[in-house]
Amino acid sequence: MDLTGLVAFNVVTGIATLILITLGLGVIYGMMRIINLAHGEFMMLGAYTAVTAVDHGVNIWIAMLVLPPLVVGVIGLVVERTVIRFLYGRMMDTMLATWGISLGLIGLVTTLYGNVIKAVPTPVGSFDIGRYGASLFNFVLIGTAFLAIVAMLALLRFTRFGLILRAAMQNPHMAAALGVTPGTVYMATFALGSALAGLAGGVLAPISGVSPAMGAAYVARAFITVLGGGPAIVTGTGLASALFGFIDEIVSFRTSPVIGDVALLCAAVLLIRVLPQGITGRFLRRSL
Amino acid sequence: MTPNVLSTRRRSALGFLAVVAAGLAILVGAPHVFDTYGLVQLTLFAAVAIFALSQGYVWGFAGIMSFGQAAFLGLGAYAYAVAAIDMGDSTVPVLISVAVPMLFAAALGYFMFYGRISDAYIGVITLTVSVILFQLMNTTSGSQYHIGQAELGGFNGMPSVPPINVPGMPDDPLDQTGIWYVAMGSLLAVYALLRVLLASRFGRVVVAIRENETRAQLIGYDPRLYKLLSFTISAGIAGLAGCIYVNWGGFISPTVFALSMSAQVIIFVLVGGLGTLLGPILGAVLIQWLINAAGGQSTVDPNLGLGAILVAFVLLIPQGLLPTARALLARIGSRRKPSAQAPESVRLRGVQPLAQETRR
Repeated sequence: MDLTGLVAFNVVTGIATLILITLGLGVIYGMMRIINLAHGEFMMLGAYTAVTAVDHGVNIWIAMLVLPPLVVGVIGLVVERTVIRFLYGRMMDTMLATWGISLGLIGLVTTLYGNVIKAVPTPVGSFDIGRYGASLFNFVLIGTAFLAIVAMLALLRFTRFGLILRAAMQNPHMAAALGVTPGTVYMATFALGSALAGLAGGVLAPISGVSPAMGAAYVARAFITVLGGGPAIVTGTGLASALFGFIDEIVSFRTSPVIGDVALLCAAVLLIRVLPQGITGRFLRRSL
Repeated sequence: MTPNVLSTRRRSALGFLAVVAAGLAILVGAPHVFDTYGLVQLTLFAAVAIFALSQGYVWGFAGIMSFGQAAFLGLGAYAYAVAAIDMGDSTVPVLISVAVPMLFAAALGYFMFYGRISDAYIGVITLTVSVILFQLMNTTSGSQYHIGQAELGGFNGMPSVPPINVPGMPDDPLDQTGIWYVAMGSLLAVYALLRVLLASRFGRVVVAIRENETRAQLIGYDPRLYKLLSFTISAGIAGLAGCIYVNWGGFISPTVFALSMSAQVIIFVLVGGLGTLLGPILGAVLIQWLINAAGGQSTVDPNLGLGAILVAFVLLIPQGLLPTARALLARIGSRRKPSAQAPESVRLRGVQPLAQETRR
């Protein structure tokens, strides 16, 4: 019973983690069709922001939840203005260019911070599920993921900005005719996606080692989840995270985390073979 | 068009012969010109050039975005290492190093191409596969992970992999010069093979599918099958490159699966020229030479340079050096030629529509 509780808790945590690392990519890839292979490195920058802020005595919560999205959002803005905006409509080139950016960022951070694993202290303690200990920090992860996904849904559905954003993504020329500047909207969307990646990096910093190469482990899982989710970015991210997170955690529990990743990939390849458009390509089409 | 003295076809055949002749000259001449250290360097260049050809074929001609080509390089390298340690003689292991990546690619490719997923997804899935293989091989440290007598060694890798020997004579391993002959010979063979393949009916169908998949399908070809075959062939070539890569160092570690490996080979092709065979070879030699030169200093991480090169080429010279040079030469050669560019479509305040990628 205790073990069941612990596994269930871990499954929910795994799902929340997957939502966090995927949401930003869902915005950039799902809406803008930019294949952002630098997504993992944006997360890495978020984590480094948290590390640096904590080292300078900033409150851990601010360092973890506030600064990373701001800093990485600004970096995303710069990247969009200097590189991405020349590549709209050239999907494969966005893939190559963002990969170049990702390598460049890894190289830059390695040069600045050295190729060592840094750590952020976990701000909260642990609690017991029967005979097993579990980290309270997982609740922070779950809460952040929940808030992020609800906020995104609300932003897209209920605000004027969300409406403009969706319109500009669907038909930039028509939106332009109606007085919207698509370039500005693209810029804002890319920055928003980057900020979400930064948030994920900041929140995950205390539980994963912070190193220049940490992004590689996340980008693959994030992409697979976005692909599995399909065109509706928020709903799709949620559903695919739930499915893959469940599979990953259960298999990891029975074997090892790496085998869990393999299971996640196999599940994704099978899912795409059956549902080439992802989950929301077939079901829940009208959702966001 | 300016009238050419030679037809395109004869020119291309002459170019092919010239490249092969130059390759043979390097093959025979290098041991007389370079010392052992130089030969070891050149062997590495040959190995990465074969790797670049595998990417150049699958990406440039078959139009398949394989972002995890290092997966096949690594599989070939590990397959050779394991088989060579277990068998002693190297003849069968060389074949295994080609066969294992091909089988793996065939299985993976079946799900990708017969699932009819689009190019972008193929890129992401191949990338993920190489990341996961990297993680998987990293966890195999400890004596319980072994295949026959060969311990996989986890992140420490497998040291002292036996080099290629004269077929049937395990006690007669090749020396540095011998391995150079094998490496450069393989490079020439792969180049010639791909040239012949692309000139054949199969190669034309492959290129036709790259140009317009729907049209090729309407004519009666099954794009899925041809893509699967191309993917598998390229995996075999990458496996061969892996085999030579192991022979170059006598050592193999999971870093062959690392993202930077997959990134490098993309950069080789992009810098040299997409859609050519000579371009990837030249790109590989040029960039590998730069990487070796940059490896001597430790202030700046080499990834920074690789990333900068990649972004610069995507933004400024997307065709790569070889086609750009050819175009320049052609422009100098012919008197002012009428612009072949289509009139630029009306743009909206510099904004182009986002990718019209079909979601299938």
